[in-house]
Amino acid sequence: MIEAVGLTKRYGDKTAVYDLSFRVRPGAVTGFLGPNGSGKSTTMRMILGLDNPTAGAVTIGGYPYRKLPNAARQVGALLDAKAVHGGRSARNHLLSLAQLSAIPARRVDEVLRVVGLQDVAGKRSKGFSLGMGQRLGIAAALLGDPQVLLFDEPVNGLDPEGILWVRNLMKSLAAEGRTVFVSSHLMSEMALTADHLIVIGRGQLLADMSVTDFISANSADFARVRTPDTEPQLREKLSSALTEAGGHVLPEQDGALRVTGLPLPRISDLAHEADVRLWELSPHQASLEEAYMRMTQGAVDYRSSIDQKAGLQQLLPPGAQPPMPVPGQGQPGWYAPPPPQQGGQPFAGPYGAPGAPVAPPGGFGSPQGPYGAPQAAPNPYAQPAPAPAPGPAQPAPAAAPVPAPADLTKPEDAR
Amino acid sequence: MSTHQPPLPQAAPGGSYPGYISPIPVVRTHLGHAIASEWTKIRSVRSTMWTLGVFVLLVVGIGLLAGALVSNSSSSGDLSGASALSLGFFGLLLGSMCIITLGVLTTASEYGTGMIRTTMVACPSRARVLVAKAIVFFSVAFVITLAASAFVAMTQVSMLDGVTRTPTSGEWLKGTVGVSLYIALLGLLSLIIGSVIRHSAGAVTIMIGAVLAPLVIALFMFSSSLEKVRTALFEYSIPNQLSVFYSNSLGDSGPSGWDPLWIILGVTAVAFAGAYALLEKRDV
Repeated sequence: MIEAVGLTKRYGDKTAVYDLSFRVRPGAVTGFLGPNGSGKSTTMRMILGLDNPTAGAVTIGGYPYRKLPNAARQVGALLDAKAVHGGRSARNHLLSLAQLSAIPARRVDEVLRVVGLQDVAGKRSKGFSLGMGQRLGIAAALLGDPQVLLFDEPVNGLDPEGILWVRNLMKSLAAEGRTVFVSSHLMSEMALTADHLIVIGRGQLLADMSVTDFISANSADFARVRTPDTEPQLREKLSSALTEAGGHVLPEQDGALRVTGLPLPRISDLAHEADVRLWELSPHQASLEEAYMRMTQGAVDYRSSIDQKAGLQQLLPPGAQPPMPVPGQGQPGWYAPPPPQQGGQPFAGPYGAPGAPVAPPGGFGSPQGPYGAPQAAPNPYAQPAPAPAPGPAQPAPAAAPVPAPADLTKPEDAR
Repeated sequence: MSTHQPPLPQAAPGGSYPGYISPIPVVRTHLGHAIASEWTKIRSVRSTMWTLGVFVLLVVGIGLLAGALVSNSSSSGDLSGASALSLGFFGLLLGSMCIITLGVLTTASEYGTGMIRTTMVACPSRARVLVAKAIVFFSVAFVITLAASAFVAMTQVSMLDGVTRTPTSGEWLKGTVGVSLYIALLGLLSLIIGSVIRHSAGAVTIMIGAVLAPLVIALFMFSSSLEKVRTALFEYSIPNQLSVFYSNSLGDSGPSGWDPLWIILGVTAVAFAGAYALLEKRDV
């Protein structure tokens, strides 16, 4: 079991990890999620005793890593795939690690077979592809047959076969009763692999819950409504009718409408009353990916934006329409609907179907709704922060005015 | 999932989890394991073969060349006061650059490649890793230097038999074992600097500067008021200390006998203590 208590790491005036407390339990795959630069790798390095925490502590089985007897036999780690000397062959690399931890040398060939590198074992790892490097790193992690395994972005650069293999490997390792802690920025991957999730943003805990809880708490249904393309006025008409009825309408790029806060039959009735024909009325569930994006969007450090090519573009001829941006680009709020119970107890209740009478329809369109008028907001950062990143019960998460971390006061941040 | 454990406040000592027990026997690790590991590391990269190959080539090649030149050009009695061993100096001075490079690479290349993180995860005792590296590198450097310098010394003495005087056993000891210890310690100092600087090119530059700079600076100190500094720089420069082992120093007041060995031993010990303290304190 890995246990972190108040873990904090500062590099100069930059706070990489702030007051992080969590537990990783044996017998399950625990996913560790966060955007780039959110402190995942720093946390991993602190767990492994490579970096000393500025404050707080992290222990494995009750011991700080550097005090752990026979550390290599209890903990295996894949940090970054290329943490090897490129001039050394795969076998010699693993052999030196095996000797260091008093592991029999024949175990080296065993793990090479496990990861499928037996044919290139004698080749220098300099020539390895990213995927082969990952496999070598996983081999090093498995070498000591440890009870605790940490993997930092294990599927990076792997082919589909490799991704499937890693996924099954993690699950089987956990099924044997080991502690498996996997970091990733790919929510979709974690949804398939992990049993439990720890989500951080800007070095702070955003969520610590099981995957099923995460899904039910964060995903929200919406309806996609399409009116005849030939009659745009119908779309406007329906849009205002739905808004009047308390629904929340978000235009999609292809002309469809994304409606939350109203059940499907009600939308149909409203359309009928407004005398609008529908080409499509379909239920959708926001993916885990979108839930994750919404949760972390306030905590993204490195945000992409639309390439403006300012001053480089010829003026559009009068009357010409500027090209429509690709959905999602530069519009952080576009992604996901707000959580079902906004402002309420996040993650508390069971799956609250949107549009269910429980939630007053207006709840969805509350002024802080992330996508009040996405097209109209030229500056994606100017909009109010979306639902304050819902955190677990204990720490007031990202949105709370936290004293220390300097990066929370970055001017570009919506807060 | 079925084996999901209720959260335990503290696992049993040694982290014996109630989940998975490895069938591979757990052995308590010690310095010997780290030494075996470092030996595998140092022998399995090409840079070791290259630097040591060039080292042997320089020491033997230049040594034989110098011996051949002297035996052809000097008449009997010309060098009667000197020992043939002193001709080994030139090759070793150039060759020491290779040992410095290898020493730096032993530590700094792990930082350059990121291998150090893998190593330190496998062995959280940082001191043990540093000590193992030092022992393995020192032994390799000492053995290779001893073999090369002894071979050159014997060849030169037999080539110049009759031209120069026969060296005493004390001179033999200093010209082979003494000088090899000195070169190996110089390499060890480079290894320590590599561990402190964590950057191969930077550490090599520092070490080559330390070897050559005092001599070059002293060369240009013309002012008589700087005479004392100039002499000290000359006498305590590493090339001059090296030549002390062949009893042909640049000055009379500087180190003599086995002094250079004690000097570099002291410097290396201090540097080692510093590197150890930094290693324990810094993030990897």
